[in-house]
Amino acid sequence: MEPSLATYLALSGILFTIGAVGVIFKRNAIGMFMCIELMLNAVNLTFVAFSRYYADVTGQLFVFMVMSVAAAEAAVGLGIIIAFFRNRISVDVDDASILKN
Amino acid sequence: MASSVLFFLFAGLAIACAISTVYHKNPLYSAISLIGVFLSLSCIYVTLAAPFIAAVQVLIYAGAIMVLVVFVIMLLNLDEKDPVNRLGYLYAVGGGLGVILLVQTFFIFYAVSKSPVHAVKTDETVGKTLNLGSAMYTEYLLPVEIVGVLLMMAVIGGVILARRLSQPQLELVVEEELEERIVEEKPLVDL
Repeated sequence: MEPSLATYLALSGILFTIGAVGVIFKRNAIGMFMCIELMLNAVNLTFVAFSRYYADVTGQLFVFMVMSVAAAEAAVGLGIIIAFFRNRISVDVDDASILKN
Repeated sequence: MASSVLFFLFAGLAIACAISTVYHKNPLYSAISLIGVFLSLSCIYVTLAAPFIAAVQVLIYAGAIMVLVVFVIMLLNLDEKDPVNRLGYLYAVGGGLGVILLVQTFFIFYAVSKSPVHAVKTDETVGKTLNLGSAMYTEYLLPVEIVGVLLMMAVIGGVILARRLSQPQLELVVEEELEERIVEEKPLVDL
């Protein structure tokens, strides 16, 4: 017997929760970036599970789109982190306050 | 039965690695744990009869993206000290958000389990590379093209961001601002 759809959704929800809490708890820009990747993967799992249980390929195609967007996000996000580190010698998000006041 | 055992094995591994990703202070340990999450999710995709997505998950996520992240971590040579969290209320916000999302997850689990059982269609061609490719280049051609343009924009943006600023006056402004702040903060430290 296979695990039910609800089991996959529960795993996806737990992974998403861990990622969302991690984004808030982490003060390190690279750590926050990795937690966002974790959340994107949790959503991908939902897509694939629904694709399996409705025998429709659309879900898997959208997983492919999400992966492309994640790759684009990685390129731009890490570029921003490097530019930020060059100015501040730190990747602590609390140091990103030059636009304040 | 076998697929159930494999699912619970890799689900446990994925959750453990995810908690380890959030727990570790050293970004390199977090990155290695995140690779563990990606690999276990790839194994779960195999049990969901999606071999192409499983292969792409290993290639793109565990391969390309995480290599980029590890490369940046090593390039920046971060010190291991934990940055002090100056915003204490964020812990309360994060804990509250986590509780809300977990309750929502259990509600979804309960609701989907109680809903009338939808007969699983077993179409074995779904998820095979041929099926996925033919859908990608006929029905979903426009989204694929848009994703191609998006990737090109990201590459150009990444190159422009990562190279040195060509406007010296902007760097000057940033440096002046930093010096001012250091001067402002000094008296506080002395007191």
